[in-house]
Amino acid sequence: MAKYILKRVLMAVITLFIVICLTFFLMNAVPGNPWLSEKTPTQATIDALNAKYGLDQPVIVQLGKYLENLLHLDFGTSIKMQKDRPVLDIILTMFPISAGIGAIAIIWAILVGVPLGCLAAYKRGTWVDSLLRVICTLGISMPGFVVATMLLHILTGGIEGLKLFPTMFDGTAKSYVLPCLALGFYPMCYLSRQTRTAMLDAINQEYIKTARAKGLKNKKIIFKHALRNALIPVITYLGPQIAFTLCGGFVVEKVFSIPGLGRYFVMSIQNRDYPLIMGTTIFLAAFIIVMNLIVDLLYKLVDPRINLAKGGN
Amino acid sequence: MENNQKTGKLLEVKDLHVSFFTPAGEVKAVGGISYDLNYDEVMGIVGESGSGKSVEAYSIIGLLQSPGKVIGGSITLEGEDVLAKTKDEMVALRGSKVAMIFQNPMTCLNPVYTIGNQLIEALKAHDKHVSKEEASKRAMEMLELVGINNVEKRMKQYPHELSGGMRQRVMIAMGLICHPQLLIADEPTTALDVTIQAQILELMKDLQKKTHMGIIFITHNLGVVAEICDKVSVMYAGKMVEQGPVDDIFYKPGHPYTMGLLRSMPRVDAESYERLIPIEGSPVDMLNPPEGCPFAPRCEHAMKICLQKMPPYVELGDNHRAACWLRVQDQIEKEKAGKTENKEVGDNG
Repeated sequence: MAKYILKRVLMAVITLFIVICLTFFLMNAVPGNPWLSEKTPTQATIDALNAKYGLDQPVIVQLGKYLENLLHLDFGTSIKMQKDRPVLDIILTMFPISAGIGAIAIIWAILVGVPLGCLAAYKRGTWVDSLLRVICTLGISMPGFVVATMLLHILTGGIEGLKLFPTMFDGTAKSYVLPCLALGFYPMCYLSRQTRTAMLDAINQEYIKTARAKGLKNKKIIFKHALRNALIPVITYLGPQIAFTLCGGFVVEKVFSIPGLGRYFVMSIQNRDYPLIMGTTIFLAAFIIVMNLIVDLLYKLVDPRINLAKGGN
Repeated sequence: MENNQKTGKLLEVKDLHVSFFTPAGEVKAVGGISYDLNYDEVMGIVGESGSGKSVEAYSIIGLLQSPGKVIGGSITLEGEDVLAKTKDEMVALRGSKVAMIFQNPMTCLNPVYTIGNQLIEALKAHDKHVSKEEASKRAMEMLELVGINNVEKRMKQYPHELSGGMRQRVMIAMGLICHPQLLIADEPTTALDVTIQAQILELMKDLQKKTHMGIIFITHNLGVVAEICDKVSVMYAGKMVEQGPVDDIFYKPGHPYTMGLLRSMPRVDAESYERLIPIEGSPVDMLNPPEGCPFAPRCEHAMKICLQKMPPYVELGDNHRAACWLRVQDQIEKEKAGKTENKEVGDNG
């Protein structure tokens, strides 16, 4: 086990290195520079700024320096969006806000999505299944901003006399509701579909027949015998999805004016804020790598047949 | 194991009809079969794939899956009408009074739970008040009873850590843990190696003697039937074409299908030049079953009437009957002969 984890950590470092290099080259390949704004500065100013932040040097040299700093956990400072504020500081302040909303979103998505998936599988072919199929297909195919805007419109005063929640995120419990609903809706629908498929597969297995022949109650058959076997595809999806959701949704944070990390993923690129692009990308990549490792360890917990050391069944 | 031996009728199936309502039409999987099973008796149900033998057994235990439905007849278990029971009553019945074991032990145990967990669960499903220690003690006793050693270790093992034969032993232990009166064994040895098959059969015979339960043994293997059964029902296309004591079925078969089955079975005492004779033709299309005797299209003795009318059962001996026009013919001839004999006797007198 220790050997396995060591191997995985080593692989994680290599993966991260590749992600860093790719991002670094790609972001430098994008035309434009951080200094462009409404008033275009003079070439002399741009040159001076480039020299100050070391952007006048060849990309490969810049990368070397960046990697060297990274070894000391120095992510650099923002050069545009929050000028001269350390990137690490930005991430560490913004992440908890996004993570709070994300965690609630993903928890409700799991608590509702998985049982709904089980229900749809159990009632396959009936109107319950069809209704859930319609809802979930809608949820999966509707863009996030539609869901967010609809919620915003309906529940914050768009309909006469129905102003249940504040429009803006202000940290109060009430203001959490809509962003969490909006952010969790897609994963909930996706999870529900995933669970349904996996459950249908499990329900048709012979051990379910055995469980029925033993005289077990339906609830126990579904939730003990079928669900545990159906969990593998579900947690496979959940691992990276948790990382994405906890890092915040760009759209949801925009729509509800949440000062979270999600918006920085997109806006740092728009602004060519190079250190911030690197910082957020590395953070998300590392998060996903960790989640995938946790998922792999969970496989073993869910299904004793899985032998991690051998890398498969 | 306690020895509360009961006698008499354990199970009575009367004119059972089971149909599957598929988009292509109604499939009459079981078309009116009847039999009795006494306590302490082993009955074999023999037939080829699709003959309805498993469907028939599933109806007894209420495991028929939609679109399958019992549409007629009655099933009486220890005097109680099984078909009139509610869903909850059926759940309570399964595993306690009637247990079932299946064909493939490799897939019938849940791969993600330990043997112990699955055994104890079977017990707890019907005995809510049993303590943890007591349950696990009884589970281990069951495992020992079915010939598994090192039980404490086995309890903590997962199904994939056991061999096929061992898993089938676990399945049997699981079925018997609540001391059922009736065990339905759906081809329990088919998926096993021949040597293991013999062991499992030996075990089941042994357990049956100890517990005096009734067993319905579903198989397509006549060798297995000879080994373990007291009586046999032969099924073809959802109909019971012949039933009788095991010796009668083997030595005095009355139905051409039974004869065909016997001829297609390898025998130790056969001469080396003898070949196995397969039954020509293919099984009936159950969506469009032929009128008359379902076996007629494959039967070498088929007569005109066979294709038109289903033959009635003809008694061939004690509890031995077959549904075949040939036997009806025999009977008529015998009656005629009897009459002439009687006449002669009368003349003489």
